[in-house]
Amino acid sequence: MGGKFLFDGQPVPFEDGQTILQAARAAGHYIPHLCWHPDFPPHGSCKLCIVKVGGRHVSSCALPARDGMEVESDTPEINGERRALLQMLFVEGNHFCPSCEKSGNCQLQALAYELDMSSARFAHFYPDRPVDASHPDVLLDFNRCIFCELCVRASRDVDHKGVFALTDRGIRKHLVVNAESGRLADTDFAVGDRAADICPVGVILRKRVGFAVPIGERKYDEASISTVAMEKGE
Amino acid sequence: MSDSIGMPRVRVATTSLAGCFGCHMSLLDMDERLLELAKVVEFDRSPLTDIKHCGPCDIGLIEGGVCNAENVHVLREFRRNCKTLVAVGACAINGGLPAQRNHLDLGDCLQQVYVKRDGIEEGGVPDDPELPLLLDRVHPIHEVVRVDYFIPGCPPSGDAIWKFLTDLIGGRTPRLAHPLLRFD
Repeated sequence: MGGKFLFDGQPVPFEDGQTILQAARAAGHYIPHLCWHPDFPPHGSCKLCIVKVGGRHVSSCALPARDGMEVESDTPEINGERRALLQMLFVEGNHFCPSCEKSGNCQLQALAYELDMSSARFAHFYPDRPVDASHPDVLLDFNRCIFCELCVRASRDVDHKGVFALTDRGIRKHLVVNAESGRLADTDFAVGDRAADICPVGVILRKRVGFAVPIGERKYDEASISTVAMEKGE
Repeated sequence: MSDSIGMPRVRVATTSLAGCFGCHMSLLDMDERLLELAKVVEFDRSPLTDIKHCGPCDIGLIEGGVCNAENVHVLREFRRNCKTLVAVGACAINGGLPAQRNHLDLGDCLQQVYVKRDGIEEGGVPDDPELPLLLDRVHPIHEVVRVDYFIPGCPPSGDAIWKFLTDLIGGRTPRLAHPLLRFD
């Protein structure tokens, strides 16, 4: 049946079953997101895609569109809240962009640019998260994990290997590797897995290709994440 | 920027705390625009003037994070004296490279570097009273004093610093947007 809703005052058509985020994207409107990926069902954990519908905050990646909805997204209020969420993600991990191979290709960094984040504002946690360099082809740098679970979902649902999981809760939540030893080398993880290239930040990195593309010439160096997302469907 | 003969010049102080002076190099990387800047700006304490203490200033530019007791004193001196304090570069904003030691024990770090390292014969952790006391963690400057503005980058480009300063001095709210806003 479908219908229409108003997105920041613009009419957006939708088909039954489409979420607000899907319908908005199809109509050319970008909504920031980190844990959402076009190839996966909504996860609703990062909350970057929050919008206001009828005065309530909702996750646009998870809420089905309804006829006549009035959705606010690109407003100073909502963008301010998105920026605060990003700032909390930045202080919770160890995000040192200048020494990160993902810099310029990183969605967390690109969203910070998009939302005018010039500092992390809060006090940094500086958690101790040792890297796992055991695998011959892939390095895991847990310092940058934002708990989007894309690697968990990709490895479980696409690769059918279940290599990754989140463990503990709250402040102690962290990404683990599903092996007795806890090392990636002791799993059947392979560089060709879907999970190997799904990480939006710099946790899962292929070895021996570092800095092949120089900083300054990378995906989000050339264009903003909203432009890249809408033009290339990423 | 318009000529400002007869106008009092804006007083600017700069310093590098736990930084590498890369941000100061970027400041110099404005090239001939430095001459434009010199028409409206007068430098107080800065590596460029070699003035040792900061007097009353309009703008203070801080490079680097806070890793020792001297950094704390200098930073507080800047905050006391500068109407507008600006964190310049990654280290001032999140600790940067020096903060990579933050999840390690400081005593272990010093032992590893000055005592246990291969090739050191009569090692010992330096303890000259002249040396500033190290803090157990490296802090971004906003964890120690109030900071008015942040210019990210490692280092921020000369263009970014120029845009920021001309906005601020010109009375506009400084804003760095893509592609001047960069964290790397």
